[in-house]
Amino acid sequence: MNKIEVRNFSFFYGDFQALSGLNLPIRKNQITALIGPSGCGKSTFLRCLNRMNDTIDGTRAEGEILLDEQDVYAPDVDVVDLRHRVGMVFQRPNPFPQSIYNNVAFGPRILGTTSSGEDLDEIVKESLKSAALWNEVKHRLQEPALALNPGQQQRLCIARTIAVKPEVILMDEPCSALDPVATLRVEELMRQLAEAYTIVIVTHNMQQAARASDWTGFFWLGKLVEFNKTGDLFTYPKEDLTESYITGRQG
Amino acid sequence: MKRQQTQKLAVGIITTVSFLVVVPILLVLIFMIANGIGGISWTFLSQPPRSGMTEGGILPAILGTIFLTLGTAIAAIPLAIGAAIYLSEYASDNRLTRLIRLAIVNLAGIPSIVYGLFGLGAFVLFLNFGTSILAGSLTLGLMTLPVVISTAEEAILSVPQEFRVVSLSLGATRWQTIRHQVLPHALPGIITGVILGLGRAAGETAPILFTVAAFYLPELPQSIFDQTMALPYHLYVISTQIPGMPMEIQYATALVLLLIVLSLTLIATFIRSSMRRRREW
Repeated sequence: MNKIEVRNFSFFYGDFQALSGLNLPIRKNQITALIGPSGCGKSTFLRCLNRMNDTIDGTRAEGEILLDEQDVYAPDVDVVDLRHRVGMVFQRPNPFPQSIYNNVAFGPRILGTTSSGEDLDEIVKESLKSAALWNEVKHRLQEPALALNPGQQQRLCIARTIAVKPEVILMDEPCSALDPVATLRVEELMRQLAEAYTIVIVTHNMQQAARASDWTGFFWLGKLVEFNKTGDLFTYPKEDLTESYITGRQG
Repeated sequence: MKRQQTQKLAVGIITTVSFLVVVPILLVLIFMIANGIGGISWTFLSQPPRSGMTEGGILPAILGTIFLTLGTAIAAIPLAIGAAIYLSEYASDNRLTRLIRLAIVNLAGIPSIVYGLFGLGAFVLFLNFGTSILAGSLTLGLMTLPVVISTAEEAILSVPQEFRVVSLSLGATRWQTIRHQVLPHALPGIITGVILGLGRAAGETAPILFTVAAFYLPELPQSIFDQTMALPYHLYVISTQIPGMPMEIQYATALVLLLIVLSLTLIATFIRSSMRRRREW
């Protein structure tokens, strides 16, 4: 089943066309990886899925991105609600300079999804458990989040995203600032999360895409060159460009 | 070898110049303390002036300045912070906001006596507040706006963009983002700007000249529609308008005013440095 359906989607920064004519499905409860060289538009595309590019002046979108058959760029869409449904984890671990607890509790608090403090405690606990961080921090929830190591911080950011109960989680090179051990932990975590969430991940690391995703899209100069099951794309690439990129001859 | 000598010379000159800057400030302080400290006593601080202001104290002027500073804060803070939030968080770069910014810059350049005349025309006469604490506070507030707006805007802009992006990505509205992730971090900077602005307002004479200041009014004001004495104007009066005024009272008055303004500046500096120490990003 397709959670998101992208139809003939293009995106512009002023006069510069960053994405042209994209068509791809994002399947529910699966992990879709987007690969390609720097500046190919994969991060731009990711940020279109929850309209984070709206915060930049002079951007324009054409075509459709259907989330549960609703165009996210339709004029009547409430972006605040969209971002609640489509959460995001960023490249650099970026917890707020507050306590571990308050980082996770921020989303539920502002959304007003909880009435009592007890509910909030429960949400924080469940989110930290889902992000495989609970056992490491359960005795020090009130300590500053910035005291955690980078790998823990990134899992905290994942917990913070999960706490608002999104349907889709976007990850923008979530492991690029982490060491190999922390990277593996995040990849394992993605596997577990895919049972409940639809995940789209942008990555520079082709081994990561090959290891951790179900579907892979290869971007080149703002176009989607190839989209296929991860195993097929890496073993039998249909396009020459894909093959030369994944074998390291190009890009 | 020549480059090293030039370097030494340059450093020497720059260091000397920096010390020279401090000298006048220290001299003013020392001069005021030396001449004024003898005039300061509990009577001086707690009594109204007597015998044509040549005896007694300056209590009504001290309290007047405190009332006016508070009034200025109440008048200026909401407007200035509102404007700073709008300009830094909401306004896009278009003709209207460029015009607003231009107006703020120009507001900062207007001589204070012009504010005084404007306050007379607008608040005292047109709005019929009379010569009153209300009119004086509004005039001083207006004068304080530009400096508070620019420091508040700077404080808001210094909060990392990342906090806003993350907050929005979690489904927070723009206002929730500002309220919970921007303002708390900008607050120390905003407070610093407010206090510096108030310090300036507390020491100004021209804006209160026609709008609030009383030449001689030993009773304390009863409401915001009353006139009041104020330290800067009182200092001007006793220095120029009263023959046979004891020098010691003049210097003591100046010293009190100086200490009030300096303590405001010191508080601002303290808040700023403690904020820098606690900053985690």
